[in-house]
Amino acid sequence: MSLKLKALLKSPWVFHLSTGSCNNCDIETLDCLTPRFDIERFGMLLVGSIKHADVLLVSGSCNRMSVERMKELFEQVPKPCLVVAIGTCAGSRGIFKDSYNCPVPLDKIIPVDVYIPGCPPKPEAIIAGAVKLIEKIGGTL
Amino acid sequence: MIREEVLLDFTSRFHADILDLEDKSNTRVYVTITPESIVRIGTYLFRNIGARFNIATATDLPPKIEILYHFIVEDINLLISLRVFLDREKPEIESLAKEIEAFNWIEREMSELLGITFTGHPDPRRLLLADNWPEGVCPLRQDYEEWDETVDRTRGI
Amino acid sequence: MGKTIIPIGPYHPLQEEPEFFTLTVEGETVVDIDVRIGYNHRGIEKLSEMKTFENSTFVVERICGICSTSHPYAYTRAVEDIFPMEVSMRSKYIRTIIAEGERLHSHLLWLGLAGHFLGYNTVYMWAWKLREEILDVMEILSGNRNNYAMFKPGGVRRDINAEDIPICLKKIDSIVPTLVMLKKAILDDPVLHARLKGVGILSYQEAIDFSALGPTSRASGVARDVRKDSPYGAYQEMEWDMIVTKNGDVFDKAVVRILEMFETIKILKHCLNNLPDGSIDAKIKDVPPGEGIGHIEAPRGETFHYVKSDGTNRPLRHKVRAPTFMNFPTYKATVEGQTISDATIILAAIDPCYCCTERIAVKDVKGRMLYNGQDLIKLSREKTEKIKQRMGGK
Repeated sequence: MSLKLKALLKSPWVFHLSTGSCNNCDIETLDCLTPRFDIERFGMLLVGSIKHADVLLVSGSCNRMSVERMKELFEQVPKPCLVVAIGTCAGSRGIFKDSYNCPVPLDKIIPVDVYIPGCPPKPEAIIAGAVKLIEKIGGTL
Repeated sequence: MIREEVLLDFTSRFHADILDLEDKSNTRVYVTITPESIVRIGTYLFRNIGARFNIATATDLPPKIEILYHFIVEDINLLISLRVFLDREKPEIESLAKEIEAFNWIEREMSELLGITFTGHPDPRRLLLADNWPEGVCPLRQDYEEWDETVDRTRGI
Repeated sequence: MGKTIIPIGPYHPLQEEPEFFTLTVEGETVVDIDVRIGYNHRGIEKLSEMKTFENSTFVVERICGICSTSHPYAYTRAVEDIFPMEVSMRSKYIRTIIAEGERLHSHLLWLGLAGHFLGYNTVYMWAWKLREEILDVMEILSGNRNNYAMFKPGGVRRDINAEDIPICLKKIDSIVPTLVMLKKAILDDPVLHARLKGVGILSYQEAIDFSALGPTSRASGVARDVRKDSPYGAYQEMEWDMIVTKNGDVFDKAVVRILEMFETIKILKHCLNNLPDGSIDAKIKDVPPGEGIGHIEAPRGETFHYVKSDGTNRPLRHKVRAPTFMNFPTYKATVEGQTISDATIILAAIDPCYCCTERIAVKDVKGRMLYNGQDLIKLSREKTEKIKQRMGGK
C-alpha cells in the first residue's frame, strides 16, 4: 500500500457530496462535526473544495442529473482517494431502485471502498465506518 | 364569509361553465368545469374570493387526462378543487401562469411529466428532468416504458 | 457597464444539497437570478403507484430528511380523507408530539445554518448541540433520530410508553434556558439588526402572488397557519399563538422561527402531560375508490398530498407538494436588487428544503466565474465583520 495513502490517513480531509438524497445522511454527517461527536478530534476535517479531498463521502441515490456532475467531479479529485458510500441509497439506491430517475447504483459509476448502511446511519455508525476504513487500510489514529 | 354564500356566489356566476359539483364534505368541494373557463374561474377564485392556490395535480386516465386545481379559502376552511378533462392525444389548456406567478412552476412540471401544453406560459422550460431525458417521453403516463437500456434494476448483490 | 454572471453551486459545502443558481450582477447588485431544479428528483410519485398504500408511507418519509414527518402525516390524512374518517384521540396526540418534535429540531437546524452563514459559528455549534437533546427525545419515543416510521393510514404504528414521558419532559425543559439565551443574543444584537433588517424583503402582496407558505409568508404579515386554519391533530386542545410579523425581511423570518420554537415547546409539553387513553390504530383494511386530500403545517409551510384510489391496494395517483415548491420562486423577488454578500443569507431565510422541491439545479453558464459558493459565504461574513467594526465591535 502506497506510503502516500498511509500518510494521508493520519488526518484525512473529507469532502462531502450528495447525488440526489433526502438529506438525512448529509445532516447526520454534518452532525459528526458538532460538539457531541466531534470528528475533528480524529483529525478529520471537512473541506470546501474537492481538490483538497482525501476521502469522498457520498450520499444519495444517483439520480440522472447528479450522475453527470459526479463523474466530472470524480475526475478532479487527486488520486489516491477513498470513497465512502453513506446510507442505503448510496449503497444500492434502497427503495428508489425502481425509480425512473435513478438508473444505476453508485458503485457502477465510481469505485466504492466502504459502505455504511442505514437510513440514515447514526453519527456513531459513520464514525465507526470511517475508523474501520482507516484501520483496514493500515493507518492508525 | 359563510361557506354556503361563497358556493352560491361561485355557482351562480359561472353556471354556464360548471359541468358538475360534488359537495364531498364540509371542507371539500370538487367542481368539474370546462377547460376554456379555467383562466376566468381561476383568477376569480384567486383575486376576488381571495383563495390561496395550493397546487395542481394531473392524472393520466385513458382516454382523458384530468387536471385538478386545488384552491383553499382559509377563512372558512374550504378546499375548492377545479377539475378539467383534456383529450389525451392532444392535451392543451390555457396557462394561468401568465396572470398569476404561483402557477408558474407547477405548469412546467405537469407539462414535462405528462405532456400537457399550457398555451401562453411565459417560461416553458424543463423543470425537473435531466437534459439527456428524451423529449416527449412522459414518465407519469400509464404507458410509460423504460427507454434507457443501461439501467440496473437489481438489488446490487 | 458589463453584466457578469456568477454561478453558485452545485456542491455547496455547507448547504448540503446540490443546488445551482445563476446570479447576474452589475457591480455588486444582483439584477437577475435563474434557478434550475432536478438534482434530487427521484420519481417518488411514480414509485408510490407501484407500492401499497401502507408501504407508500415509508417512501414519502424519505422525500426529505428534515421534514420527514410532515410527508407521512399529510399522506395518511389524504388516505383517511378518501373514506373520510377520523383517527382516535390518542393517535392524534402522538402524531402531534412527533410533528412538533420535528418542528423544533428543524428550526434549530435552520438557526445553526444561518449562524454559520453570518459568521456566528458559536450559534451554529450551540443550536446543533441543543438539537441533539431533541433528537434524543425523538429516539426515546420512536426509536430513531430521523425517519420515525410512526405513521400509518388509520393511526400510528407504535405507542408511547408512559415511563418514557418524564425523561422526555426533562430533556425538553433542559434546553429552554439556553434557548432563551440564544433568543436574547440574536434578537437583541445590534450588529444583527444592522446586518439583517431590510435585507431580502418579501412584501405582503408578493407573498400572496407567489402563494408563499409557512414562516416565509408569516414574516410578511400573512397570518396563515394550517394548524389554525384547518385544524387537525391535537392543536385545538391547548392555547398557543401563531407568530406573525410585518416587515418580511430576513430578520423577521428569524424572529418568526425563534418564537415558534417556544410555542412548539408549549404544545409538546401539553401533549406529553395529557396523553389520553385509547387505541392507536383504526385498522384500515381496504381503501375504497375515491380521492382524498391531506394538508398539514410542516416546519417550512404547508405540505399537501393528494391521493386517488381505484379500489385496489395501490394508489392510482399520488401527488406530493412540499412547501418549498411554492416558497422557492420567491427567491427571485427577494434577491433582486440586493448585494451578492446577502445572497446566501436571503436564500437560507426561505429555509429551503431542496429534497422536498425535487431540487433546483442551476443552468450551466459559460461565463467568467468570479465567486464560488465558498466565496459568497466569505463575503457574507465579511459584511457582518464590517458592521461589527463600524458599531464599535462586540
